[in-house]
Amino acid sequence: MAITTVPETPRKPGRPPSPYSARPQRTSLGRKVRDNLTGHAFLIGAVICFVVFSWYPMIRGIVMSFQRTRRGETTWVGWDNYSRIIADPSFWTAWQNTFYFTVLALVLGYVVPFFVAVLLNEFRHGKGYLRILVYLPVMLPPASALFLFKFYAYDPSEAGLFNAILKALHLPTSQWMQSPEMTMPAMVVASTWMNMGGAVLIYLASLQNIPGELYEAAELDGAGIWRRIRHVTIPQTRLILALLAMLQIVATMQLFIEPLILANGAGAEDSATSVAYLIYQHGFFQNDLNGAAALGVIMLVVLAGFSAVYVRLTAKQD
Amino acid sequence: MSVPQYRKAAAVALVAGLGLSLTACSTKSDDKGSTADGKVTITVDCQPVGAQKELLKNWNDDVAEFQKQNLDITIKSVSVGEQCNNPPDFTARLAGGTVTDVFYGYMTDLQQVLDSGQAMDISQYANKDTISTWDSVDPALKEVFTDGGKLYAVPVKNYSMGLVYNKVLFQQAGLDVNNPPKTWADVRAAAKKISALGNGIAGYSEYSAGNTGGWHFTSLLYSQGGRVLTEDGKKADFNNAMGKQVLQNLKDMRYGDNSMGARQLLQWGDLLTNAGAGKVGMFIGAPDATQAIVSQFQGKFQDWAMAPLPGQDGAAKGTLGGGEGYFFKKDLTPEQVKAGLKWIAYQKLTPGKGQFDYVRAKPQNYPVGLPQPLLFANGSDAQKQELELRKANANLDTANFALFEATPVPIKGEPRNAQAIYAVLDAAMSGVLTNPNSNIDALLKTAEEKVNQLLAAES
Repeated sequence: MAITTVPETPRKPGRPPSPYSARPQRTSLGRKVRDNLTGHAFLIGAVICFVVFSWYPMIRGIVMSFQRTRRGETTWVGWDNYSRIIADPSFWTAWQNTFYFTVLALVLGYVVPFFVAVLLNEFRHGKGYLRILVYLPVMLPPASALFLFKFYAYDPSEAGLFNAILKALHLPTSQWMQSPEMTMPAMVVASTWMNMGGAVLIYLASLQNIPGELYEAAELDGAGIWRRIRHVTIPQTRLILALLAMLQIVATMQLFIEPLILANGAGAEDSATSVAYLIYQHGFFQNDLNGAAALGVIMLVVLAGFSAVYVRLTAKQD
Repeated sequence: MSVPQYRKAAAVALVAGLGLSLTACSTKSDDKGSTADGKVTITVDCQPVGAQKELLKNWNDDVAEFQKQNLDITIKSVSVGEQCNNPPDFTARLAGGTVTDVFYGYMTDLQQVLDSGQAMDISQYANKDTISTWDSVDPALKEVFTDGGKLYAVPVKNYSMGLVYNKVLFQQAGLDVNNPPKTWADVRAAAKKISALGNGIAGYSEYSAGNTGGWHFTSLLYSQGGRVLTEDGKKADFNNAMGKQVLQNLKDMRYGDNSMGARQLLQWGDLLTNAGAGKVGMFIGAPDATQAIVSQFQGKFQDWAMAPLPGQDGAAKGTLGGGEGYFFKKDLTPEQVKAGLKWIAYQKLTPGKGQFDYVRAKPQNYPVGLPQPLLFANGSDAQKQELELRKANANLDTANFALFEATPVPIKGEPRNAQAIYAVLDAAMSGVLTNPNSNIDALLKTAEEKVNQLLAAES
């Protein structure tokens, strides 16, 4: 009679086998919980934090977007808040500004860190110092960094850093944040300077994982630097590039602190009003928390839609 | 204990800790502010912050003295920042129900406070028994805090705007400090001379961001005789010759004369910082703007004087008035409301005490002699006492404010939905102050459409 033995699952040394391992697979929920008590206990902390600080406010926001509170009485108003917020004259301006910022930030804030990382990767000496140098702005509190730009770099008089440089080069000076045309580009420059350190380090880590043989083979085939970047670096960092593109878009769509500090809010002729700033304006200055909630939900839907498209596209690529 | 046991113990401790924290967060005090021995406790906000050393000491001394006189009342002071009503913080406290029992608010906050459901009707409690000077308080100020015949707050400060000017810069520019501008044409001429001093000095400075642009547009419009909304409050009423004149005056100074400085998109603190640094010749503001310049922005009292708000061709036809008061949180016991009113009466509405303790304020870096607040009605007993005390203890040259005080301009209140409208009007103000090619007609038309949409959505 042949004896069939089930191979034992390898266990970490020093840990006795579970007394339940030989029992049938169907176990009660309570037993499952007891089996993994430690794991569940550690997990519950994170779950509670998510529930209290993330999911509950989100659900509460969605509920509020269908309500109206007047004289302490809260009533259900259906889609009224949505139609009211869409009728707000600043609604489309805010979306237009936000998309403009997102596109500019993709052009500048996405491409520049990648090329800085490629450049850093090429250096033979002083890599550590250069990385610190690039990462330094990230360590500055965002408000401090933006105040530096506001009062030092973007001063519209000739005393401002950028205007002094432009003047020295005999170029026309700019009004920077006081010019509706320059508001968004100026905010993108400040935002890129503040935030690119993190992206550069991620790109660098990714670049350093590319096998050197690929570059050697490309060089033997006569590929110059641009072809090496195009045919080796970019394909090899594709996943990181795609991930950071999505994170970048999600982050830039939530543009808030830049208009608040650099443009004192709405900026010249509303040129800095972003969707997130409009939410803040409705919620905290216009006694309209329900309208703010509706706008927040619209933003959530747009970003969720974008994320879904991204996930679908990248899943197909993989 | 083995490693897995430690891990389990740590996990259980973590969960227990989290649970306790959440329980602590969600625990509501059922303390009704009264104890068995009949003692009443109330929390009051707007205690000065630590940086305002003298003001904080004055407040704490007042609390101690008040409690000594009223052994059955305990005041718990809460500081909510240097600016007692920073709108985002105020909104958050209202929405979260974390306002103090007696809480500070602006006159324009009444609607928001009522919508939040946090305030109680104090009509039956506010009288001569709780506030001895109540009959002397200007009825117009009580009216501002009244809705549907019910009183919701006690007024404690009011202001109206005029032309604040820097005497030192006036002298340097060869202008007569005793004959400040009376019309906007005079302001323009004076601003041109002051800005010619160079060194980054703005002859005239104006707000255009953070809703303060719309706030000042309103006052400038009132000076022309205009109004922000129609009589019934249903439509915008500033897209007319008067509104255009307001923006044209500013544009002429900004780009015609280059007399408003290069830095625009200013908010409250930005302008006053520049003023404190001696970089602003003139701006419109209330008398207490000089107090902020000195106490918060390192300016000097003796440098500043005030004139009535200029008009277009003569005296101004109106000026913007506003102020502040204390609301009472819903569900307070009658004893707590009475205790709160007693405290406000002591600290805010009694000549010689609290904010009117001029003997105490005289040696401090705090102005005595400013022409406002004008809380008490003309000719009332409280007003006479307050004026006498003010005169006897003035620590600044009252002549600097004599012209403003002697030439009253009709005061108009703020429009309904003031903050939302101010946010819209900011764009018109920033337009003429940042764009030399701005089209005033287009700016006003856009603002008018936006305000009308706002009003329609609200109704």
